[in-house]
Amino acid sequence: MKNTNCIEEIKKEFDAYAEMYVPEGLDREEQLRMYSIMWLMRKFEEAVKPLWMANKVHGYYHPYITEEAIATGIITQLKKSDYVGSTHRGHGHLIAKGGDINKMMAELFGKEEGYNKGRGGSMHISDMSIGMLGATGIVGAATAPAVGSALKSWIKGTDDVTVVFFGDGGSNAGSICEAMNMAAAWKLPVVFVCENNQWAIATDIARVTGEPDLYKRGTGFGIPSCRVDGFNIYQIWDTAKTAIARARAGEGPSFIECKTMRMLGHHATDDSWYRDMSVCDKYWEIEPIKRMGEFLVGNKIATQEELDAIEADAMKQVEASIDYADNQCHEPSLDTFYDYIYADGEVIK
Amino acid sequence: MSIITLRESITQALREEMARDEDVFIMGCDVGLRGNPFGITKGLMNEFGEKRVIDTPISEAAFTGLGVGAAIAGMRPLVEILYCDWLTLPMDNIVNTAAKTSYMFGGQANVPIVIRAPFGVGGGVAAQHSQNNENWFVHVPGLKVIAPSTPYDMKGLLKSAIRDNNPVMCFEHKRNYSIKGEVPDGEYTIPIGKANIRKQGTDCTIVTYSYMTYVAEAAAAELEKDGISCEVIDLRSLLPLDYETVMDSVKKTSRVVVVTEAPLRGSIAGEIVGEILDRGFDLLDAPPQRVGSKNSPVAYNEGLEALCTPKKEDIIAAVRKTFE
Repeated sequence: MKNTNCIEEIKKEFDAYAEMYVPEGLDREEQLRMYSIMWLMRKFEEAVKPLWMANKVHGYYHPYITEEAIATGIITQLKKSDYVGSTHRGHGHLIAKGGDINKMMAELFGKEEGYNKGRGGSMHISDMSIGMLGATGIVGAATAPAVGSALKSWIKGTDDVTVVFFGDGGSNAGSICEAMNMAAAWKLPVVFVCENNQWAIATDIARVTGEPDLYKRGTGFGIPSCRVDGFNIYQIWDTAKTAIARARAGEGPSFIECKTMRMLGHHATDDSWYRDMSVCDKYWEIEPIKRMGEFLVGNKIATQEELDAIEADAMKQVEASIDYADNQCHEPSLDTFYDYIYADGEVIK
Repeated sequence: MSIITLRESITQALREEMARDEDVFIMGCDVGLRGNPFGITKGLMNEFGEKRVIDTPISEAAFTGLGVGAAIAGMRPLVEILYCDWLTLPMDNIVNTAAKTSYMFGGQANVPIVIRAPFGVGGGVAAQHSQNNENWFVHVPGLKVIAPSTPYDMKGLLKSAIRDNNPVMCFEHKRNYSIKGEVPDGEYTIPIGKANIRKQGTDCTIVTYSYMTYVAEAAAAELEKDGISCEVIDLRSLLPLDYETVMDSVKKTSRVVVVTEAPLRGSIAGEIVGEILDRGFDLLDAPPQRVGSKNSPVAYNEGLEALCTPKKEDIIAAVRKTFE
């Protein structure tokens, strides 16, 4: 059960807090689908850290844990030909767009069967077949290219929409501001989503930003902008629905600041020594999966048994993906070293 | 055949490729209404519309990024940077996204973008409008780099670049824009990565590209009078670089001088000499020579500007040195 004192404390300090509600047009089936997608993200990422410790996966992996409602509430409303621009924290974005966790796990294992044939890893996870334009290793770097996919829709006159994610850290990268300006000038079909988890690697955003209400930047570019509770999947879904419809109708971009709280280290092995993690204790009471589950049961939309089955199924899928990556996939052949540097099989040494 | 300027050859290539492929579009500062500062894109906006010749804000980093993303999504953008000096601004989108996406994504996506940039010394435009930064991009796996010197080569290579599925950097020397030359009236392309022997010779090979090709030809003409027969190779493409043609020539002449307008330190001249030594040290009768600009920013003052870049006399002296 919820700790009521925690909620009262959160309401005082977390200015984005909003009560849960079922928006018009969101049926039970879709709610349960979103709930299951969030569990898939969670179980996938919870599985990765032990795999990293066991030296099965390596490099950097940046968890999306407790930010699942943002990708889920927004991306599940997109069609296949719509585009998603991601961040370094991209596992959740890919899962929400309908990606294959077997291929993602195989990529984390560095295998040939992985999404990127072992060349990219967690930080560059992508699935072009579903418009997932890829995670990026450089904070803020993927935004302008992602807006480029919206430029294509604009030139070609299609109704494809691009949703581009960046964090509070990325929001201070200059090219994001430049890209927002062009999207506004030309009314490009973009939804800018700032996942404000309040920490830019090891720096509290308040220490390096004069205006902590990041959504106001959108307003400065003439873009309709608002802030939502990043733990509240219903409010996120409702807000994104309007923004996506606006983009699809050719009316231009929107900016949604999803305010949340980073509850883990920047990457898997970051122990967050530089901040007081006890402030997160109360936020675990409103982490999005727990919060949605309690809402679904409390409002008799689903039973606890149904939710438990969804969680168990997510776990099974993730276990199967580990088995696939570990036992059924292959190391890339060293003969393929020069592959993919250039297109069409061209090799320039 | 028609005789046109190099500037016009670019316009022809752009127009023909835009008519041929609806995915080709141009974006950059002042490319539309003004038709770019050199008049290269003049009229194209009227012809193809504002969505295919896009006037951008002065946001090189992000508009190049938009172009890269549009390419990843399947378009064929032609991004123009007003002066190559400002390639520093979109460097991240070129080096970390355009050049690496195909590889990082395991071949899931290509980046068929062409980035055009006027470059080179001349006209008293000082240190931020005069640089030779083509070397930087040769160092980046995933990119291609071209720097043609004649209207014929420029048109043919630019058309190939637009049709290429890789990111291509196209360097256009400002002093070459008004150079005239013969261009076929019909359709043709020139493959990226093939050098052109501008002048046959037997005694010494001069390897160069872009504006320095003309300086090298003038040097070769003068040396000819003294009985020294130089072979002048215009590389046309810097990545990939046609070492077959270079080595065939070195086999014949046993002497080589490499000329670039870039500051010599860290330039492609050293790289080319290194490769020649790797491939054929024993072919050489004399140490290879490098000629490049002084290691200095480019000055505004005419005299100081002129002092910076290699002259005919510098190339002649370098060739003579191979006979010492």
